[in-house]
Amino acid sequence: MEDHANPCRRQRMSREPLIGGQTLDELQHAAFGYFLQAVNPANGLIVDTSRDNSPVSIAVVGFALSSYPVAIERGWMDRADAVRRSLAALRFFRDSDQSGSPTATGYRGFYYHFLDRESGARVWRSELSMVDTALLIAGALTAGRYFTADSVDETELRELVETLYLRIDWRWAQGGARTVRMGWKPECGFLHYGWEGFNEAIVMYVLALGSPTHPIEGGCECFDAWTATYQWENLYGYDFLYAGPLFVHQFSHAWIDFRGIRDRFMREKRCDYFENSRRAIEVQREYARRNPLGFAGYDENCWGLTACDGPSHPQPTLDPARRPLFGYAARGAPHGPDDGTLAGWAALASLPFAPEIALSAARTMLERYPEMLPAQQYASSFNPSLASAEHGAWVSAGHFGLDQGIVVMMIENYRSELIWRLMRSCPYVRTGLRRAGFRGGWLAQRPASTDQAR
Amino acid sequence: MKRPDAPCPTAPADAIEHERLENVRPAAWRNPQPANCYGLVIVGGGTAGLVAAHAAAALGARVALIERNLLGGDCLNVGCVPSKAILRTARLYAEMRDAGQYGARTPADVRVDFAAAMARMRGIRARISRADSVRRLSAAGVDVFFGQARFTGMDALSADGATLRFKKAMIATGSRPDTPSIPGLVEAGFLTNENVFDLTGLPRRLLVIGGGPLGCELAQAFCRFGAQVTIAQHWPLFLPREERDAAQLLADAFARDGIEVRLNTRAVAVRVEGGQKFVDLVSDDYHSTVAVDAILTGTGRVPNVDDLNLEGAGVDYDKADGIRVDDFLRTSNRRIYAAGDACLAHKFTHTADASARIVVRNALFHGRQRMSALTIPWCTYTDPAIAHVGLYVSEANRRNIPVKTFTIPMHEVDRAIADGEETGFVKIHVKERTDRILGATIVARHAGDMINEITLAMVAGIGLRTLARVIHAYPTQGEAIRKAADAYKRTRLTPTIRSLLRRWLQW
Repeated sequence: MEDHANPCRRQRMSREPLIGGQTLDELQHAAFGYFLQAVNPANGLIVDTSRDNSPVSIAVVGFALSSYPVAIERGWMDRADAVRRSLAALRFFRDSDQSGSPTATGYRGFYYHFLDRESGARVWRSELSMVDTALLIAGALTAGRYFTADSVDETELRELVETLYLRIDWRWAQGGARTVRMGWKPECGFLHYGWEGFNEAIVMYVLALGSPTHPIEGGCECFDAWTATYQWENLYGYDFLYAGPLFVHQFSHAWIDFRGIRDRFMREKRCDYFENSRRAIEVQREYARRNPLGFAGYDENCWGLTACDGPSHPQPTLDPARRPLFGYAARGAPHGPDDGTLAGWAALASLPFAPEIALSAARTMLERYPEMLPAQQYASSFNPSLASAEHGAWVSAGHFGLDQGIVVMMIENYRSELIWRLMRSCPYVRTGLRRAGFRGGWLAQRPASTDQAR
Repeated sequence: MKRPDAPCPTAPADAIEHERLENVRPAAWRNPQPANCYGLVIVGGGTAGLVAAHAAAALGARVALIERNLLGGDCLNVGCVPSKAILRTARLYAEMRDAGQYGARTPADVRVDFAAAMARMRGIRARISRADSVRRLSAAGVDVFFGQARFTGMDALSADGATLRFKKAMIATGSRPDTPSIPGLVEAGFLTNENVFDLTGLPRRLLVIGGGPLGCELAQAFCRFGAQVTIAQHWPLFLPREERDAAQLLADAFARDGIEVRLNTRAVAVRVEGGQKFVDLVSDDYHSTVAVDAILTGTGRVPNVDDLNLEGAGVDYDKADGIRVDDFLRTSNRRIYAAGDACLAHKFTHTADASARIVVRNALFHGRQRMSALTIPWCTYTDPAIAHVGLYVSEANRRNIPVKTFTIPMHEVDRAIADGEETGFVKIHVKERTDRILGATIVARHAGDMINEITLAMVAGIGLRTLARVIHAYPTQGEAIRKAADAYKRTRLTPTIRSLLRRWLQW
């Protein structure tokens, strides 16, 4: 077995060709390129996808804010440029219309999911999104932990991050319930369902609990109310906290290092969320190896059922079983939905948890379906069951910012743990984790200074 | 409150219907002269009432039963029996259309004969009604009265002008569909379980309001008959009580069948224009209108507690939750018990049956049987079917019971693969670090049959360790349960035990 725990080994791996001369470093660099291509320099906002007329996704801005420090460390961007881009976005959010009107940008410190690229006003009648705001703020906090220089710009940057985080009214977002609501719209109020069951919202709960100004009501009880719908399952021989789509096991981990820290649930199960994600990856492999629906390509090195784009128009090649196509959907194993669509990037987003498995899958998938990497950046998904002799596997058009962001961050966490180190030193994250009942591991140690964290 | 009555289709008055009505409400029936005092008077001739009447009479009690409408209740006449009969025909049409998946040639001209499907259903219903017939009851020694029962005191009631005195009574008046208060719905006309089985023609376009068991089962059946079906469900998933994966698999199955699924959606207004029903739907802030030919509502049930003068008998009740009973099914009047939908949250035929048996023991023999001691399974007979027994994981978590789930996807089961019925899973929940079964959810074509094994194990106190020793016939879909038990056994192989075993085998 390769020694992936060894930092030198990881650094060397990242410069070794993964496939066709592509190194991890190059894949990471190319993914980062999305944020340069998709930015509106005037306000620092990043569009959701590279498709025409795509609006801004606030979560993608969070990924961009987290990725600029990576780019500086990797020598892809100079610090002043990164600060300028970060400041533009943070100033925009500070000055944005927080009236909650149908054309505002946000309300009570939260932001609408999708915004106009130029004006930053709400588009698509999108919801005020609690989890996407959390991903945006996680990115802002990452920037705040990285840009610690005593300069005017970096001081302003840190103040902006504080302002944005502290004004979020997490308690209001509970809407009187024990758990945080999924969204709110000016036209109809809170969406009538909350973030319940295991999903990507751990980071949201941590930030909501860590707030010194408006923490969610009920503290640990609120977190426990959320975890009350967890299911600890034995599936294909693996014991794990079940969630079908892979992104659930990855997104919160982009920012928070869950190695060795445990909440009440994980203490009881003698596991932690990091190990849990590793097992979830094994379950994906097992599912792909079994391939019960008989889709093309699936095997132990070709997997990645997750939230991604996918084909949605009737495709004659898939017709014999009259299987529906799900378009953009949270695909999952083993209970679906599954229409033969896989996300190639999901393998690299799994790197920190299971490096051998992830690299092997990334290599195999790129070798077989190089078309999934248009312009050196991962497409949102590919579907080998819908292959044509001319174009190969069906490939989702363009690129999605979330996919590029998670690739940049997870490769970096694998290579240097930069994001994890920064967030381990963030007092709000530490407080939030403690209030959620997390104990042990790095939480039991004194936080590193910001310089050490960097 | 007067119930809003929708214009109803009526079943054809043919020989089959005549046979059923002769069984469950004969036109020539004359109520008997009441006895001086009955050992047990039963109000309601549905499942609970019939079970209690037969059981009490067989034990020698003097029993009277009062039914205001049809013997057999909802289950026989407008519930389980007719719905399962048409689900079978609908499944056959689906299989004909999907014949290619089974290595068979799809029939060239599959034309749905809806009237024939409904006629078959009526024939089955008439046949099964023989078991619930008034003649059988009378032959068992039960005095049967047709008419509205009304309590006249703590130990008496009237029916059709006669006064019946009792030592003990049981209220088993059942429940009825809860009509959603949607402006224009009553005026436009709508279907419920009470009249949908009287249809003889298939509505071309059907809106189903409500994603509970009835709505889901009939939405799928009507879609498979060829209707263009839209189902609007207020919650994010169907069958909100069931676990997420089960509901998700069902939503996927609906999509495969071609049902237009509208989750998080409420119907807010109905109007009729040009013979079409236009229904306004709202999903959060998204407004849309669907044009349909029929509307079926399946938004829950309310207990039948009106017109009984329960106050006069000192029986406490609530319009929404029904008659208040203790764990022994006794009401606030110590002489009067209740059973079935009229008093229980779980409104199932088998629960009505079980509760009626408890009442007979407790009322007539000073029994102390508790309702809470029952282990009650249930099943929604969609394709795949969704069955559950015992605790849900969320319930166990709330009670601080550490729980672990052993999951076997049906694609791990040879027979399911051979049958082309791989959608679904068996999930068995056990108390962590023990083999004690807390509950189970099964999603499978035959989930209703499979859940019985788990129920038996729970009632008998059999754990997964023992289930692993039970030989299951191969190949059967029920083998999924043994596989779950095997998975449990494998988790018992701790590294220490493995090492000991290795040493033993090397020796």
